[in-house]
Amino acid sequence: MDLIWEGLRKALELLLALDPEVLRITFLSLKVSGIATLLSVVLGLGLAILVALNDFPGKRLVIALLNTGMGIPPVVVGLFVTVMLWRYGPLGFLGILYTPSAIILAQLVIATPIIAGLGLAALQHLQPGLRLQILSLGATRAQMVWLLLREARLPLLAAVMAGFGGVISEVGASIMVGGNIKGSTRVLTTATVMETSRGNFDVAFALSFILLALAFSVNALLTHLQQRSGHR
Amino acid sequence: MTRETLLQARNLQVHRGGVQVLEVPVLDLRAGEVLALMGPNGAGKSTLLLALAGLLPHSAGELRFRGTLLQSRGHREAFRRRMTMVFQDPLLLDATVAQNIALGLKLRGIAAAERNSRVRDWAKRLGLGELLDRSARHLSGGEAQRTALARAFVLHPEILFLDEPFSSVDTQTREGLLDDLGHILAETGTTAVIATHDQGEAARLAHRLAVMQEGRIVQLGGLREVINHPEHPFVATFVGMETLLKGQVVSSREGLISLRLRKDSGDREVVALGEAQPGRMVLVGVRPEHVALSLQIDNTSSARNVFLGAVTKVIPRGPFFKVELDCGFFLAAYVTAQSMSELGLEPGRAVVASFKATSVHLIRKEGLDPEL
Repeated sequence: MDLIWEGLRKALELLLALDPEVLRITFLSLKVSGIATLLSVVLGLGLAILVALNDFPGKRLVIALLNTGMGIPPVVVGLFVTVMLWRYGPLGFLGILYTPSAIILAQLVIATPIIAGLGLAALQHLQPGLRLQILSLGATRAQMVWLLLREARLPLLAAVMAGFGGVISEVGASIMVGGNIKGSTRVLTTATVMETSRGNFDVAFALSFILLALAFSVNALLTHLQQRSGHR
Repeated sequence: MTRETLLQARNLQVHRGGVQVLEVPVLDLRAGEVLALMGPNGAGKSTLLLALAGLLPHSAGELRFRGTLLQSRGHREAFRRRMTMVFQDPLLLDATVAQNIALGLKLRGIAAAERNSRVRDWAKRLGLGELLDRSARHLSGGEAQRTALARAFVLHPEILFLDEPFSSVDTQTREGLLDDLGHILAETGTTAVIATHDQGEAARLAHRLAVMQEGRIVQLGGLREVINHPEHPFVATFVGMETLLKGQVVSSREGLISLRLRKDSGDREVVALGEAQPGRMVLVGVRPEHVALSLQIDNTSSARNVFLGAVTKVIPRGPFFKVELDCGFFLAAYVTAQSMSELGLEPGRAVVASFKATSVHLIRKEGLDPEL
């Protein structure tokens, strides 16, 4: 127990002292996972809309793949993205391995299926016939999509939260494609792993608490949005 | 009076999964009329409705609205802003009643001031005046369907499509909704197509009736005409002619025909209204409400068709009973609960069944399948 209290104390100390290294790590975590989540919302929701509103051969297979993708282990994503970005790999010319961009890319691959899968479920859960009803009221295709998204806003925000939660907390991919380079690609999770392996439990705890607080704040904000729109 | 044709369908076909589910060679919708599509579940009513509304792409044929071929996406989108549809489920958005009613107007970019006054107007007309600010989630089934109707009428649609609009509300609510819809359709002169499996609904709202079976229209005509003169055995049973009799015409004069029923019915003769050549095989139908039952032959009765028979089955049908008889042929009659007890009707009971010649409708004169 002492270790935990010591960690809490240390976390407060680091935060109150505005330790530049800790702040940098925290902001990088937030930035990388935030950008990855935003991009995943665009990609994942786009995919969910396409699959939900169209009938095509192999639709069930696509849905099954998306659902499988929701549970894909970050280390597997890390491995693939590393190989792709490797100097002689297909995307090696980008030269982004061991940069924050590489982490964003890996987290994008992790969060997109989560948001697409949950988003698709949210859209498919809408009342059958709602799409035709909206069209019959004179909606253009774009207006119809917008109304459907608005109608599914509660579960869609839950999908966004799940996506963000998935990437802010993952460590495997971030370490592999980012390399945990101090001042460049070190994020809260990779730093926690490192400090723990060094036996600096107090610092590791401190970083963990910051991570938890961060995840909580973002989700609290999204929950607020979700519940406000839910009750009127 | 010839009215303008609003919607014109020619050789309309819809395929689903490679199977043809709808084929309508000709269908014209005239301005101001209410057309009912009737048929059992799976007859293709909803499919035809969706195809006519341009919400379900047809695989062949053409659809014209006021003469314009609805072919391109642009044409269909423009058409969608001049018609609207009410479905079996109210399909309201998670918003207030007012916001729901305003939806179509908002999608058309109508200014807020006009929108609000039209919404209030129609909400009031459908008895929703007090509910405008209520969340659509907290409405009863009837209120929700009223909201859906207001949302449709507020658009002043040139054609209103209704897909079984009252089949998910209880009987009492349905009565009120039917009354209101009937009044509004009559007052506004809105052209409408309503799909229903309920003959009563069709009878109360429609001018013309199309009876559908297996993706085709088997009979289309004026309401009374189809109900009283079904041209097809399926239509006859669907509009409530429970007794169908096949026989050979033995004589025809002064608008009355006599026909001899099949041998296994004991060569009995039935007199019917109509004209047909002697020697022809014809099919006639009798509605159960036109058959009177008694215990003795009534000599003062004007009924031309009087048969002795025995009760085979008694089926309660709400306020009355359906009695099935064996008169050498099958005959169904409706009787009230009072008559039931007065006549002591129960299986095995011998009774006299009578019906007028004018109650026997000639269904088919030609092309009769001898094996029917």
